[in-house]
Amino acid sequence: MNQAAPTAFAPHIERRQKLGALWKLLFLLSTLVGIIALAALLLTVINDSFGLVALQYEVDPASLGRDGRPLERLEPDELREILTARLSSGLIRRLESEKPLAERSREQLYDLAVERVAKLQVIESWSLAQSLLSRGEIRRWLEENHPEALLKFRSWVSWRFLVQPQASLPEKAGVRTALLGSLWMILIVVVVAFPLGVGAAIYLEEYARENVFTRILQVNIYNLAGVPSIIYGILGLAVFVRLLARLTSGALFGGGDPATANGRTILSAGLTLAALVLPLIIINSQEAIRAVPQSLRYSSYALGGTKWQTIWHHVLPGSFDRILTGTILAVSRAIGETAPLVVVGASTFVTLNPTSIFSKFTTLPIQIYQWTARPQAEFRNVAAAAIIVLLVLLLAMNTAAILLRDRIGRRRREG
Amino acid sequence: MQLTIKHAEDGDSASARTAPAQYAIQTRRLNIHYGSFHAVKEIDLSFQKNRITAIIGPSGCGKSTVLRSLNRMNELLPGTATSGEVLYHGRNIYDPKVDPVEVRRRIGMVFQKPNPFPKSIYENIAWGARINGFRGDMDELIEGSLRAAALWDEVRDKLSQNALRLSGGQQQRLCIARSIAIEPDIILMDEPASALDPIATLKIEELMTELARKYTIIIVTHNMQQASRISDFTAFLMVDEGRTGFLVEFAPTEELFVKPRDKRTEDYISGRFG
Amino acid sequence: MHKKLRLGELVIQLTLLLFGVLSILITAGIVLTLGEESLRFFASGEISAWKFFTAAKWQPAIGEFGILPLASATLMTSLIAMLIAAPLGLFVAVYLSEYANPRVRAVLKPILEVLAGIPTVVYGYFALTFITPLLRSVFGENVVSIYNTASAGIAIGILILPLIASMSEDALGAVPRSLKEAAFALGATKLETSLAVVVPAGISGVVAAFIVGLSRAIGETMIVALAAGAGSALTLNPFRSAETMTGYIVRISGGDLGYDTVDYNSIFAIGIVLFLITLVLNIISRRIVRRFQEVYE
Repeated sequence: MNQAAPTAFAPHIERRQKLGALWKLLFLLSTLVGIIALAALLLTVINDSFGLVALQYEVDPASLGRDGRPLERLEPDELREILTARLSSGLIRRLESEKPLAERSREQLYDLAVERVAKLQVIESWSLAQSLLSRGEIRRWLEENHPEALLKFRSWVSWRFLVQPQASLPEKAGVRTALLGSLWMILIVVVVAFPLGVGAAIYLEEYARENVFTRILQVNIYNLAGVPSIIYGILGLAVFVRLLARLTSGALFGGGDPATANGRTILSAGLTLAALVLPLIIINSQEAIRAVPQSLRYSSYALGGTKWQTIWHHVLPGSFDRILTGTILAVSRAIGETAPLVVVGASTFVTLNPTSIFSKFTTLPIQIYQWTARPQAEFRNVAAAAIIVLLVLLLAMNTAAILLRDRIGRRRREG
Repeated sequence: MQLTIKHAEDGDSASARTAPAQYAIQTRRLNIHYGSFHAVKEIDLSFQKNRITAIIGPSGCGKSTVLRSLNRMNELLPGTATSGEVLYHGRNIYDPKVDPVEVRRRIGMVFQKPNPFPKSIYENIAWGARINGFRGDMDELIEGSLRAAALWDEVRDKLSQNALRLSGGQQQRLCIARSIAIEPDIILMDEPASALDPIATLKIEELMTELARKYTIIIVTHNMQQASRISDFTAFLMVDEGRTGFLVEFAPTEELFVKPRDKRTEDYISGRFG
Repeated sequence: MHKKLRLGELVIQLTLLLFGVLSILITAGIVLTLGEESLRFFASGEISAWKFFTAAKWQPAIGEFGILPLASATLMTSLIAMLIAAPLGLFVAVYLSEYANPRVRAVLKPILEVLAGIPTVVYGYFALTFITPLLRSVFGENVVSIYNTASAGIAIGILILPLIASMSEDALGAVPRSLKEAAFALGATKLETSLAVVVPAGISGVVAAFIVGLSRAIGETMIVALAAGAGSALTLNPFRSAETMTGYIVRISGGDLGYDTVDYNSIFAIGIVLFLITLVLNIISRRIVRRFQEVYE
């Protein structure tokens, strides 16, 4: 045996351990970067969603009162009078076409009066941090520059925000149409992609044989899962919007709105997202089905079950919780998608609720995109509020997914 | 069943074996828990320097657990709790002030399934030497280690080849070479030949006997013949009703196999159970 | 009765097969529409393929169709993103795989999943309202313009960080414990084992993760649309605005587009380039993962 010098080794254990501790710190800090980024993001959103606003009337509502009665106490007829007197004929025509003034409630008329005649406007808004920390400064600034303005604390996320439609003034804007659009989208995606996706997965896992065709199919699905979402938008534009315009615009069924005769409808958008989400559902469902033990299938066959009976009564129930979770996650991904929908042609200004799948559409992320892109500071606030709504929606869906999976999983295990 | 009895070899006089005991490592009242499971209890063993000690017993009796406690490898499994002492050169290696890295440098280990790194044969040995601050001639060290592991002639002209391309027996000898390159005191071997064919096994056994001249070897084996063939001392472990392992008997191999003191030992070695 | 059952089974099988074939239809749809419209674009006589890839100006209004400015902007944002996400992602993976105890993991992994689940438009908002002002206050307002590729790149980096981290962690976690034990038994520290044994053993999975991250960064749209700027510019300065390929597609298609204008067709030309790049990257990454799996089988 090689008799080396007493020891040719100088292990320097302490030094190596110190180096190890240093690197461990580095690794830990890397994880903290992610946490800090998340915190910064959430705080920024919250910061912009709440804060002080300076409100001012262009026309003092007090001057609109009659017989000593303030504006909010006037009768609908009187309100209608004021509106027709003060607003431009063009505006009146547009309002009438949306919904005749005669049919609007007193609340709606009052809101209109405040919005269009008195024009209560936000002339300045501040973030939460500023509102909490520099309240005094803000007040002073306001007294100097806008002595008549009111200073109020406003939560940009509010019930009103949820039920108001899009508007050109940020303080009046709401996400109603966007929220409905998103919900319609979920519906179409689930109805289309879920059966197709699970069905394809069943085929690949249970029926398909190991041949070239199957491999091509499988590789194809993996590739599709990695295609950027905007490419799906281009696909949707060319195929659903343009090529199948007669179908997607509803012209084929005799329905449809001339405004959407070009095929830029909820249906097109939904189909585009369904195509995007389909590979994800397939891959997830395949994994879920693969996880079902073979012994389960064999027992079913041994009792004389056919292949489909085995699948329907044993394999699917055994993988359903995972399939469901994966689908919900895929759908929540679809909810957050913006780029493909912009390409497919989301409308920039939709005030009316979508009435059918052949309507114009907008969704929450699209709204966020549009509002964020506007230069006025107040749009930042509504964008932040919309982000909160979106995140809450996503949180709800993901929580539902996890809860459902646990409940279904538990019920199956405990019979 | 034939038991081969270890005879005194040339140059290895009977007196040397009964010389004043010098223990390389000892355990005192060693207890090991995996979470709430009591794996082994009250193990008292003393392993003599430059001798081969075998630990035998039925499956699940904690042989590997005891072996791995000797170089604090069991700590790598989360939830392991060790109480008692393991004395190495008189110091308890479980003392909080002792760095396990230092312990493992001096008490090496060879595993049941050969686990060479997916690197070249040369690198497998060189890496261990390098992190332990080797300052000498690396080529010399590699050659020396491979010779001592009886592998040099087979790999001398393919040192840069990936170690995974060697046969199982060769890989295991490489792992042994890797361990001895850093000049340990004690080499622990956890069923080193159980994954190998009989010829490779024989080579490993010959190697162990050779290595015992320079190192202390402690080996866990489920093969009784192997234990009786090569070891100087044997410890026999068993499980109680609670599946906790305990030491039944510890004696020079000849005594244990020919004239066991405990009936349970006798039952085991005559194949009545286990 | 036997025959009827069989027929039913066959129908079901065919139906499901059709569902699967649908996925091929989608791919065919993508390839065909992109290809056809791009052909129309190149055939329109206004632009040759050579100039498309090499000319340095992209101004469709005056007939300039060089993709270089858009491509370089895409490259810059992706590179900045990878500079952040690749090392950090790997470090996070090492920490989660080698150091973290179960409790820490139970906290960290959900946080990473949340980060990965936030819609990109929100990241775009974050880039515009937080990162850009931060950069401007650190580097100065005349150095950093309001729209710049650095902001977008950083936001994309944070976006893909969890992706790279989780894929790398899977790769590192698949390294057999026996290798780690071998290293420890030689008296190696945890750091030495992690860096010299675990990471090299799992390196193909890590590289595959990087490639997937890069592909995702290249295809990213909303963050650059909001934060990187409109109007193409060929510049290497990350603090200036520049439009990426994806940003251009979104901007043009968001406006009022007449079909069969050169603008409309140019979307497809850029689209096909984007599609091919991400496709190639994804194929490479999967091939690496497959080779990696073979090593351990």
